[in-house]
This record gives sequence, structure tokens and C-alpha cells, in this order.
Amino acid sequence: MSRGTRERAVAPEAEFRSYYGRPVIKRPIWHVPHMPVYLYLGGLSGASSLTAIMAGLTGRPHLARTARIAAAAGAALGTGFLVAELGRPMRFLNMLRVFKPTSPMSVGSWILAAQGGLSAVAAASAVTGILPAAGDAAALATGVTGPLTATYTAVLVADTAVPAWHEGYRELPFLFAGSALASAGAVGMLAAPRTEAGPARAVALIGAAVETAAASALEHRLGLVGEPYRQGRAGRLLRAARALTVGGGLLTLLAGRSRVATVASGLSLTAGALCTRFGVLEAGRASAADPKFTVVPQRERLDSGAPAPSSGR
Amino acid sequence: MAECHPVGFQWVVEARYRGAKVFHIDPRFTRTSALADRYVPIRVGSDIVLLGALINHVLENELDFREYVLAYTNASMIVSEEYRDTEDLDGLFSGFDPETRTYDPATWSYEGAPEEAAAGERAEQMDHGREHADMGGPDQYGAGGASANPRPMKDPTLRHPRCVYQILRRHFARYTPELVAELCGISPEDFAELAETVTTNSGRERTTMWVYSVGWTQHTVGAQYIRAASILQLLLGNIGRPGGGILALRGHASIQGSTDIPTLFNILPGYLPMPHAHQHETLDDYLARAGGDTGFWGRKRSYMVSLLKAWWGDAATEDNDFRFDHLPRLTGDHGHYSTVMGQIDGTVKGYFVVGENPAVGSAGGRAQRLGLANLEWLVVRDLTLVETATFWKDGPELETGEMRTEDIGTEVFFVPAASHVEKDGTFTNTQRLLQWREKALDPPGDCRSDLWFFYHLGKLLKERITSGEIDRPLRELTWDYPEEGVHGDPSASAVLREIGGVGPDGRALSDYTELKPDGSTQCGCWIYCGVYADEVNQAARRRPGREQSPEAPEWGWAWPANRRILYNRASADPEGRPWSERKAYIYWDEKKGEWTGPDVPDFEKTKPPGYRPPEGALAEAALSGTDPFIMQADGKGWLYAPAGLVDGPLPAHYEPFESPVRNPLYAQQDNPARRIYPRPESPYNPVGAPRFPYVLTTYRLTEHHTAGGMSRPLAYLAELQPELFCEVSPTLAAELGLANGDWATIVTSRTAIEARVLVTERVRPLRIQGRTVHQIGLPYHWGWGSGGLVTGDIANDLMPLALDPNVYIQESKATTCDVRPGRRPRGRDLLALIEEYRHG
Amino acid sequence: MAERMGFFTDTSICIGCKACEVACKEWNQLPDDGFVFEATSYDNTAALGASTWRHVAFIEQQPVWMPDGDPMSHGGPVPHSGPMSHGGPMPDGGSMPHGGESVFEVGRDGRWLMSSDVCKHCTNAGCLDVCPTGAIFRTEFGTVVVQPDICNGCGYCVPACPFGVIDRREGDGRAWKCTMCYDRLRGGLEPACAKACPTDSIQFGPLDELRERAAARVDTLHAAGHTEARLYGESPGDGVGGMGAFFLLLDEPEVYGLPPDPVVPTRDLPAMWGWAGAAIATMAAAVAASFLGGRSR
Ligand SMILES: Nc1nc2c(c(=O)[nH]1)N[C@H]1C(S)=C(S)[C@@H](COP(=O)(O)OP(=O)(O)OC[C@H]3O[C@@H](n4cnc5c(=O)[nH]c(N)nc54)[C@H](O)[C@@H]3O)O[C@H]1N2
Ligand SMILES: Nc1nc2c(c(=O)[nH]1)N[C@H]1C(S)=C(S)[C@@H](COP(=O)(O)OP(=O)(O)OC[C@H]3O[C@@H](n4cnc5c(=O)[nH]c(N)nc54)[C@H](O)[C@@H]3O)O[C@H]1N2
Ligand code: SF4
Ligand code: SF4
Ligand code: SF4
Ligand code: SF4
Ligand code: SF4
Ligand SMILES: [Mo]
Repeated sequence: MSRGTRERAVAPEAEFRSYYGRPVIKRPIWHVPHMPVYLYLGGLSGASSLTAIMAGLTGRPHLARTARIAAAAGAALGTGFLVAELGRPMRFLNMLRVFKPTSPMSVGSWILAAQGGLSAVAAASAVTGILPAAGDAAALATGVTGPLTATYTAVLVADTAVPAWHEGYRELPFLFAGSALASAGAVGMLAAPRTEAGPARAVALIGAAVETAAASALEHRLGLVGEPYRQGRAGRLLRAARALTVGGGLLTLLAGRSRVATVASGLSLTAGALCTRFGVLEAGRASAADPKFTVVPQRERLDSGAPAPSSGR
Repeated sequence: MAECHPVGFQWVVEARYRGAKVFHIDPRFTRTSALADRYVPIRVGSDIVLLGALINHVLENELDFREYVLAYTNASMIVSEEYRDTEDLDGLFSGFDPETRTYDPATWSYEGAPEEAAAGERAEQMDHGREHADMGGPDQYGAGGASANPRPMKDPTLRHPRCVYQILRRHFARYTPELVAELCGISPEDFAELAETVTTNSGRERTTMWVYSVGWTQHTVGAQYIRAASILQLLLGNIGRPGGGILALRGHASIQGSTDIPTLFNILPGYLPMPHAHQHETLDDYLARAGGDTGFWGRKRSYMVSLLKAWWGDAATEDNDFRFDHLPRLTGDHGHYSTVMGQIDGTVKGYFVVGENPAVGSAGGRAQRLGLANLEWLVVRDLTLVETATFWKDGPELETGEMRTEDIGTEVFFVPAASHVEKDGTFTNTQRLLQWREKALDPPGDCRSDLWFFYHLGKLLKERITSGEIDRPLRELTWDYPEEGVHGDPSASAVLREIGGVGPDGRALSDYTELKPDGSTQCGCWIYCGVYADEVNQAARRRPGREQSPEAPEWGWAWPANRRILYNRASADPEGRPWSERKAYIYWDEKKGEWTGPDVPDFEKTKPPGYRPPEGALAEAALSGTDPFIMQADGKGWLYAPAGLVDGPLPAHYEPFESPVRNPLYAQQDNPARRIYPRPESPYNPVGAPRFPYVLTTYRLTEHHTAGGMSRPLAYLAELQPELFCEVSPTLAAELGLANGDWATIVTSRTAIEARVLVTERVRPLRIQGRTVHQIGLPYHWGWGSGGLVTGDIANDLMPLALDPNVYIQESKATTCDVRPGRRPRGRDLLALIEEYRHG
Repeated sequence: MAERMGFFTDTSICIGCKACEVACKEWNQLPDDGFVFEATSYDNTAALGASTWRHVAFIEQQPVWMPDGDPMSHGGPVPHSGPMSHGGPMPDGGSMPHGGESVFEVGRDGRWLMSSDVCKHCTNAGCLDVCPTGAIFRTEFGTVVVQPDICNGCGYCVPACPFGVIDRREGDGRAWKCTMCYDRLRGGLEPACAKACPTDSIQFGPLDELRERAAARVDTLHAAGHTEARLYGESPGDGVGGMGAFFLLLDEPEVYGLPPDPVVPTRDLPAMWGWAGAAIATMAAAVAASFLGGRSR
């Protein structure tokens, strides 16, 4: 709520009307850095799970191990950030009392719980060597939960009234998927021995490309509602994200044998992925704070004689 | 009305639903305007011009309800040859004494009135000096007003140059639509629409009502505003009829009750005048003046004797004038502002403040606090520690250094009071409806009801008094209410029963006509007589509206005699037939030989329309069957008031005491009889002074209550309007550089205060006499204390001490000021700023 | 389930007294919401929130006068986002001499719109849909209620409401909003706000009945020339499947701070999962390709 902020002499730039320039919807109350970091970690965990499976299947044990650890750490740390966001651990467990298909957060909680458990088993087995069969089975199972963990968050943010998120429900999963791949690839590149890191680099490169393409689609395909992705804090963050991701990608291509360049590219991709997540949160906040993004598209819809139909439930 | 009487306003909304057309005349566009059909902006203090122009419009176009006017008003009566109008004397009526600034109303009377002698006598008594001259108004007569000749000379053709009708025509001739535009700032189109609507909505088939509150009263000519509306309504036949009337929206809950059973210094219960120390020696002397001998005031002896019997019981007998001597006496104006001057002068040494917060709510806040600081003792009974109780330790004068706590000798007693939900009793509302309320919960801690306080204070005093003669009034006072509960609360219903009156058999009376002059009945307030009829608390009746007629006679109890519309005999024509089917209300049933209808007739039930009083008849018998205004000595509605007002028999436009413009009508700028206190404590803004170019008005917000003691401490209310603000038009804001939400300082000769700026087009600049006049609005609910949840400067510190001379209400609706951007200076710098302004 | 109950708020007879706001706070014992002078007409409440479940909006509108003295045409969107822009046709389209030289500087009747906003108790409620704990449920009266003892403060409902109604309370961490006085309804009482409303601007009753009443009221207003009167949220065909609390407005919804064409976010949920699936497939393909296709390197 914009208590205390006093709108004076509102500049008449966009053709729309509002109530003292106040937001129509509430801005998402999720905190920085908890929420974006959680989004990043979930992506890292999910994509790492896939990497771990493929590395295992293609006989890259070091990479597989690294990726399993990354998947487990990402899920565990992510859960930590989620709990921090909620305030108390009990509140996370609370969500596991019900399963609600209409709530991406409920679905996501189960996904996260499964991913957390499975990836932990997979990683533990890989690290300790105990129960390898169970570890492999768990790792295989993360082949389902991992990508879900990486992308359900896109559904989570899109399933809100926040214009920049909701209208981006097509692009956001790709953005998050790409970003997750780039994150996981980067970690793989950094942690796995050079001999096994090739596919990780490829994952990172494809991820960076998908991430960049999705971000660009978000910025340009959404029309007015894409504005928050281009302007202000979110715009800066996403521009930084793009620079870091593209730069990191290029560096990955060029790094060759240079350890320094590899580290730099991995870090750059990681930073890019983080910036993307922060940028997405900021864009959501900005689009919620300015009534323009709520009112104008809806007004256009009405004026064009095609109001939103009921979901018919 | 929506702002201050939101619950009552639902009926206006309902009326609009049903097709009524609502005009709102106000200097500001308010929540009321938002729901009105037409909003008419007006410059504050100019309503007599508007009303006068409406009267003129009616008279010049002969749109008056002639049958009604002829039969029920004094239009045809001939006025004394000596009478001179404002039109003759450039703004003065005849009889003005410039030295005392008072009128001798002798020349205003009807031609050949036998009262001339009485009036002459009164003039003589006024020679005792100014204070006695003050007593020419309601102080002298109570609500009964002066007795006027009940049968003066008349000209039913209304052509006699000195008949009231012709006097009116001449008097109001110059109140034209052009003048309305020039002085009120109302366009001729708006005026035409208003005039058209009001007149076409009056007559046999339709009625118009005027609703007002303190926007019309808080002026040096406040009483005359209401007079002007009365004249218009009488001319249009809108009094005593359903859907008609001039409806005063009263203030505090039961402020109506507190004038019926008065907290005012100059009247006794039921609007009997207070006896005067020098004029009224005996009961007979007193009664000779307390209202007319004809009409229902003719029964004043019964009212008074019953009151004395209620108070002094067995000690009051025929032989001792029913202990009339036990009543305190007036020696002059003991109104609030004069009393404050007495405090400053040291003649008033002790003070009870019960349910009032004058340090914030009364005009000229600084004078109020100077007075309080000069007392020996002060008792404050309130719900919270209001500013009036704490001024000595945190008042604004401490900040400026004008006062120091250690210098203030006032001993302050704060006695916590129970709120209305914590005690039984009645509220009398705007409609004269008494409604009984049960206690909802016990008061907290030491809080007690005011009834408890005064009852036990009385008991303690009675214990301490001597057997000497001086203490006899108190000793003989009946003071014997049944006590209830752990704290010994006197029974409120027993008090109500005493007010309602009992007969010789000790049974509750049912009607004031049962009151006797011989001491066999007792009644604490004659107009409330019958509220305990049949030993039933009639005020406690709550039959739902849907279970009874629209008049809802079984919901509560309306004084007098449970009548819902006063003077309702006027709802029928002289023959007793309804004026129209649509507006039928009270009418004569020839067969039964009585008045009938959905309400209680405000007329003797069996007095036929054809009744003509015999020579020498008294009281109601002196009124004919066609005299609906039964409280008037002549039974007529007074278009022209031959007596009873101290500032003229007709309303005339005078500028507010502090005005930015000259009165273009007369040489007389302001009300010649207005009461002011030209003293260093209350300097005035000179008329038209360029340093005070703006018009300032104060008012209320729905979210707060009056001086704020009941709303500022409540978070749910305080958060809705957390800060004092001033409303200014965008034009003025641009001119002065005031930004919405920022601060402004408002300055008068009294002081400067700061307020947040609310720029709004709801306040409009008006063109008055060819120049733009900006109006500034200021709610007055803030102070520094009362719990301190929200605080703000006191609007009343800006206000002048200029009063209406009839009722001593302060002119807090219209004054002048300056406005500057930014916050006000603090401490001594504030005094320096004011000094600058005072000396121009 | 009992009959679906709801509110019809007829803003054309709201007098802005805020009795509804106070009655709600009083009945539900809500904390105060701060003491801030907002300088936005008489509205210092600003918005609905965790501690404010009724909010009365105040919109001042004046005719805008063009230099040539003709009132500006009022059709279509007005190029101001500020509150003082004039909205919609005047109730009576009165014409006036313009400012400047004439006697009167401003046109006569402006409008001061007042409207008491509240949770819409949507047929398809975003808040309810997304709540992961089941704290928000639909009652036997068809209303949407948060159970504070179950709410875990995840905050998801907050951005999921297309009306910006529900909010998390600082220091308490849980989400709060109007319950349509669930406790009172169960006790056979009408909600506190409706009870307190002096002009019956807030009408409470069976939703079907209210819809009929509202339609009749609009007809009456239209017949009286108030063609700007319209209903908002009464249609079961709208983006939230119809609102349990709907309104009669005298201007566009956005002027009152309401979304003009709200949609429950979960309407698109299946599509969202579809796109997520596509993204998952892309991920899988990308990883597979990286490991399998990159053999040459
Ligand atoms: N919420 C709330 N209700 C209240 C009160 C409260 O404090 N708060 N107080 C109660 C009390 S004690 C009283 S006396 C009543 C008062 O009730 P009102 O008389 O309605 O109260 P005000 O707001 O003081 O003044 C009414 C209007 O008079 C306008 N006005 C000022 N000067 C003039 C003028 O010269 N001519 C005309 N035509 N209008 C003018 C003002 O702009 C204002 O809008 O309200 C009672 N009800
Ligand atoms: N500038 C300006 N000044 C004005 C006005 C204006 O319009 N403009 N209006 C004037 C008018 S109409 C009025 S009525 C006055 C009001 O002015 P005041 O009467 O001075 O102010 P209130 O705040 O109404 O004071 C009433 C006090 O009674 C207390 N109280 C409530 N119930 C009880 C009870 O049962 N027993 C006792 N003992 N105390 C109780 C309340 O807490 C409150 O502090 O202000 C006047 N002053
Ligand atoms: S406060 Fe009481 S008297 Fe005043 S409007 Fe409300 S209900 Fe009526
Ligand atoms: S208005 Fe918002 S809070 Fe209320 S039911 Fe609909 S979605 Fe939920
Ligand atoms: S904050 Fe509470 S009510 Fe809202 S979605 Fe989370 S658990 Fe449900
Ligand atoms: S229904 Fe009850 S909870 Fe909802 S706004 Fe009204 S009073 Fe408040
Ligand atoms: S809805 Fe009713 S209670 Fe609320 S502000 Fe409007 S009139 Fe007052
Ligand atoms: Mo008052």
C-alpha cells in the first residue's frame, strides 16, 4: 500500500484514468533477496538434476557427482530461502498438509519436497557411495522433479494478477528454464574436471541462448506490459542479466583451456541468472505499482468489445 | 447535512428517490452537495440577500399562498406610524440608540396597540443601563416573545401602506437577483431555478422545506437568517404542513433537550424566561412579562407554578408565591463570552465546565484560556482530559511565553464522566422526539453520570448548609430521587417522571393543559408534560415503523403532547378542510365535532373553525378557530415581528462583522446591535483590510466531533482525518504557491495557525462586487490534547468574539484572514508575526 | 450450501460518511492503519488492506472549461490520470458561462463521487485458488473467507487478487481481508458495514435478489437521464465469474481504483502448465543434446 506517498500533479502521459495514480492491485510482498535467490536455486537444482542424469548415463562420473550435489544443495538452500521468506519452518510444512492443484505454490511445495528429498538421496549416495542403486533411482526420479522445480516457479509468478508476470506466462517458463540451464551449466563447468565439462558448457550455452531469447520476447512481445521489463530497476537488472549471460556465453565459447576464462564465464552466467530472477521480481513489482499496466490493457480489451470471458467454472 | 447529520440525511436520500428536488446552498461543495440535485455556492454571511430576494420574488410576482397568508399570518396588520424601516434610515430601524447600540422596539408595534404602554414602560426600564437594555429580547420574554396586541387594526386587502404586507414589499424591494449575483456570487440562472422550484413546490398541493444548521446561525445576524426563512415559508404557506417547515438540525445529541431543560442562563425549563434581579419582584410582576396573556402562553402561571412546585414541593405555597423568590435572578448577560470576560477581569472566580471544551470549541481560544487561567477554581467533567482541563500545563500560550504554569493559580478539578452509553436517560432529537436509552454498560473506574454528580453534589451541599435564611432555597429544594446500584445513581426515570408532571392524586399527568395555576400540579418542564402519561415511560416506546402509520406516534414521544408537526392546524384551510387531498394532515371532522388526522392536533381538539373569541378572553380561548399559531399571542405567524427581537422587526442584510467588502445596501455596514468585546484579548480585523483579503469559514467533518474530545482519542475516527487542513481553491493555491498536502499558515488579528493544504475545486472563488473573493474552509476539530492521538492547531484561536445579540452565538462562519505558504512561526516569533498583522 | 449472499453497493447514494469503515473495524477489532494525511480529497484510508476491509473512495470531478468557454467534450477517455480530471457526462450536462470575464469562475455542479470498496467475494477467487494451505475457503454463504489459524503467511494470495484486496499484515505475517462478517452471518445478522450504512448504499442479501434490485435501479437512473450509471461485477460472465460484492458506479471502474476487466489469474492455469511443460521439454532436449549431440567436441 502506498501509505505516505503523496501523488501530486500526476503527469498525464498515458491515456488512462486511475484513482490518484494508486495501484489497482497489491504488489507482491515477497522479499528480496529471498524470493529471487530461491528462484535461482530452484532452477539450478532442477537443471543440475538433468545434467546429473545425462552425465551418469554418458559416463561422466565427476560431472554427475557435481551435478547431483548442486541439485541437492540448490534444493536444500532454496528451501532455506523459502522458509526465510515464510518466517518459520512450520509454515513450509503447513503447505504439505494439503495438495491443491489450483495453487502452483501447493503443487510446487510438493515438487520441491520431492526434488529436495530425491536430490538429497542422489547426492548422498554419490558422495558416500552408499546404496548406489537407490541413489541412481533417486537421481533418475529427479529427471521428473528437477525440471518441474526449475519451471513451476514461472507458473507460480504468472498465476497472479501482476500484469508483467501474468501476461508473460508463455515466456517466463522458458526464461526460467534457460536461466536454470545456464546456472546448472555454469556450476558444472566450474566444478567438473575439464575432461567432463564439455556438455556442461553446452548446457550453459543453450541455456544462455534460451534465457536471452525468452527475456527478449518478454520485453518485446508483451506490448505495454513488457515495459516494466525494459524500464527502471527491472530494466537495468535485465540488461545486466543479458550482458552477463551473453558475455558469459561468449566467454564460454572462447574460454578454451583457460581456467580463468572458464571461471569468469561460469560466474558471469551465474550472475546473469541471478540478475534475471531479481529483474523478474522487480518487473512484477513495478507493473503492480503502476495502475497503468493493470488498467490500460483491460480498458483496451473492453473498448475493443472483447472483455475477458469467464473461466466458466 | 450529509456531513453532520448522516443518519438523518438518509431521509433526504429517500426523498430524492421519490422525486424530491434538493438544493444545497453552501460556500463549499460538501458531501451534501454531492447528493443534491443542485448545488448553489454562496459567499458566507450573505444568505439574507438570497432569502430576501426570494421573498421579493414571491411578493413582486404575487406568488404567495394568499389564502394562507391572509388567514394565518399578520400580513394585514397595520404597523405604527412611528415605525421607520432600514430603507428610510439607511440600514437602521427606528428606535436605535447609537450610544448603547440597542433598539427600543416601541415603534415597531402595531398601530394603536394597547401594549404601547407596556412597551413604553419597558423603554423606561431600559434606562437602567445597558445591561437592562440587553433584556429586551428573549431574555426578557422567553420563547413566548413579547405580547403583541392580539387584535390590531387590519387591512384584508393588503393595500394599506403600513400593513405588514406592504412594509415587507418595500423592505425587500431592493433584494434583487442582481444583488444576489453581486453579493452572494450566485448566478441569475441559479437564482431563477431556485426561485422557480421553491415557488412551484409550494401551495395547496405541494410544500417546500428549508433545513438549516449552524451555517445559518453562527453569524452576528444569525437569528435574522432564520427570521428570513420564516417569512418566506409563511408567505408560501409552508409552515404547519407536512413536508414544510424550517427544520433546525440540532447539534450534540440532545442539544434540543438541553434547551428544553436548559443549560442556558436566560431561560427556565419550557422556555420560560429567567427572572431578572431588578425587574421581576414578584411572581405576578414576572408573569406580566413572561409571554402573552393570550394564546397558550396565557397559561404561563400554570407552567411556572407547576415548575416551582416540582422544585420546592410542599414548601411552595400560594402564600409564599410558590417560592418564586428562591429562583436565582439575572443581572444581565451571563452568556459564555461575557462570562469569559468576567474571568479575565477577575469577577468570575469559579467555573464548572460540564461536557464542553471551550479551550478548543469556543471562539477566541486565547481569551478562553486567559479566562480559565485567571480562575480560583475550575471543575471539568469530561470523558477524557480535554484541553480545557490541561491548558495550564500544555496550552499554546506556554509555548509563546504568554503564560507560565507556575503563574497560573487556577485549582483544577477533573471529574471523570460517564458517557451516554454508560447511563440511562433520554435524548431529545431535532424533531423534539424524546428517546429513552438504557445503560449499555457500567462506566469505568471513577466515571459517574452527570446526574449522579449533581445529585450527590446537591446532597453534600444540603448536608453542609445552615438553617439560616440564605440557605433556605437549597434546604427546601426537593432532592429525593430513588437511588440505584452500588454507586447510588439517582433513578433517571424518576427524574423524567418529575419532568413529565404529576397531578394532585400523585398520578402522572398526560398533557400540559392539565397543569393548574393553584399549586395542585407539579411539572418539571411544561412542554414535556405527559412524557410519563399513564405511568408509562412514553419516551421508551419502540414500536417499529412498519407496524404503525408513517408518523410513527408510538416511537418515542415528541413534545408537546406527542405532536410530530407543530402548528398543524395550518395544514387545513380556515374552514378546517385539508388544503388538498395530497397534503391532508389535520382537519375538522364536522360530524364528530373534532380535529382529526394522523397526528395529534396542535389545537384544542373540539374548537371549531368557526369559533370566535369573546371579548376579554384569555389564553387559548382568546384565539379563534382560524388561529393556528397557538403559542403566539395573536395566533398568527409573524411575517413582521413587532417585538421579541433586539435587532429589528425584519431581517436586513448586514455584512459579517469582519468582511472583505462594504455593505452596498446601506451605510450601516454590520448589525448595529451585534455584541462585540473590543478588548486587547480579542482584537478585530478591520473591514476591507487588504492584509486580511480572504474570507474564512469553519465547519465540521463527518469523521470528527466538535472540539474533538470525543473523536481525536479514538483511533478509528482519528485515522480517517488525522490532521487539521484548510480547503483552498486551485486558483488561490496557485496564486499563493500552496501545494496540496503541504503546510499553510492562516492569520487573523487573534493569532496564526498552521494546517495542511487541501487544494480542491469544491471551494470556489466567487465574483463579489466586481472582484474575486477567495473563501477558505477550516474544520475546527483539532487541539493539542485529549489523548494526543492526533493533534493540530486550534481553528477557534483565529475567530473573533462577535455575537448575535439575540442569542449570543459567535460569528464562527464568516470572518477574514490571510493565508501564507509554510508552517507558522513558533514561540515568540508567532507573537511578533501577529503584532505585524495587527498594526497593518 | 445456503443461498449465496452478497453485497450490492449503490455508490449513487453513498454519502462518504465512512460509517462502514468504522463499523467494520469496530466489529472485527482491527488495528488502526496509521495516521497519515493523504491530501487526496477526504480519503485518508488510501486503499483496502490487511487492517482496512472497507475503503471509501472520494473522487472530485469538475467540468473542465476550455478557453473558448465551451465545456470540454466528455466522451471517451480523458487524457489525465489525475483525480481532478473530469470523468463521464455530468448528471445533467448543465451549461454555464465560462470563467474569466463572467461572474463565476468555475462551472456549477461538479461531482464528488464516493464509493465504499470491499472484497468482491469472487465466484472464481484468485486468492482462494492459489492459497497453498487451504486457509482460504468458500463458506456456506458462497463467500470467501481466510482462516487466520491456518494461514501460513506465504503471501501468495496477495498478488493473486485482481482487485488488490487481500494483504498481509506487518508484524502479524498473515493475510487478512473482509470475511463478509462470517461470524455475524452465522448468527443471522447482516454484516456490520451494511448495518451501519445510513443510506443503504451498501445492501446485503441473497445475490440473485440483489442483482434484480440493481438492474431495476440502473433502469431508474437511466430513465432519469443518468446514463452514466452502470453495474460492475454483477455479471457471472465476467473474468471472475461474477462478484459476490458488486457495485453501481457512475463512472469507469478505474476511476474508483477498480480494474476495468478483472480476470482471475487461475483462468489461464492450464495454459500456464502447458507452457511450463514445453519449457521442460526444451530443458530435457537441451541437456540431452548437450550430452549426445556434442560428441564431436
Ligand atoms: N460528524 C459530526 N456531526 C456533527 C457535529 C460534529 O462535530 N461532527 N456537530 C454537531 C453539532 S454540535 C452541530 S451544531 C451540528 C452542526 O451541523 P452543520 O451546521 O451542518 O455544521 P457545520 O459544518 O459547522 O456547518 C454547515 C455548513 O455551513 C456552511 N456555511 C458556513 N457559512 C455559511 C453561510 O453563511 N451560509 C450558508 N448557507 N452556509 C454556510 C459551511 O460551509 C458548512 O458546510 O452538527 C452536529 N453533528
Ligand atoms: N469555529 C467554530 N467554533 C465552533 C463551531 C463552529 O462551527 N466553528 N460550532 C460551535 C458549536 S455548534 C458547538 S455545539 C460547540 C461545541 O463545542 P464544545 O461543546 O466546547 O466541544 P465538545 O467537543 O462538543 O465538548 C463536549 C465534551 O463533552 C464530553 N462529553 C461527552 N459526553 C459527556 C457526558 O455525558 N458528560 C460529560 N460531562 N461530558 C461529556 C466530550 O468528551 C467533549 O469533550 O462548538 C462551537 N464552536
Ligand atoms: S452520531 Fe448519532 S446523532 Fe449523529 S448522525 Fe450518527 S446516529 Fe445520528
Ligand atoms: S476480491 Fe480478491 S480477495 Fe476478494 S475474493 Fe476476490 S480474489 Fe479473493
Ligand atoms: S498468505 Fe495465508 S491465506 Fe494467503 S495464500 Fe498464503 S496461506 Fe493462504
Ligand atoms: S462484511 Fe464485515 S468484514 Fe466485510 S467489510 Fe463489512 S463489516 Fe467488514
Ligand atoms: S457506503 Fe454507506 S456507510 Fe459507507 S460511506 Fe457510503 S453511505 Fe457511508
Ligand atoms: Mo452545536
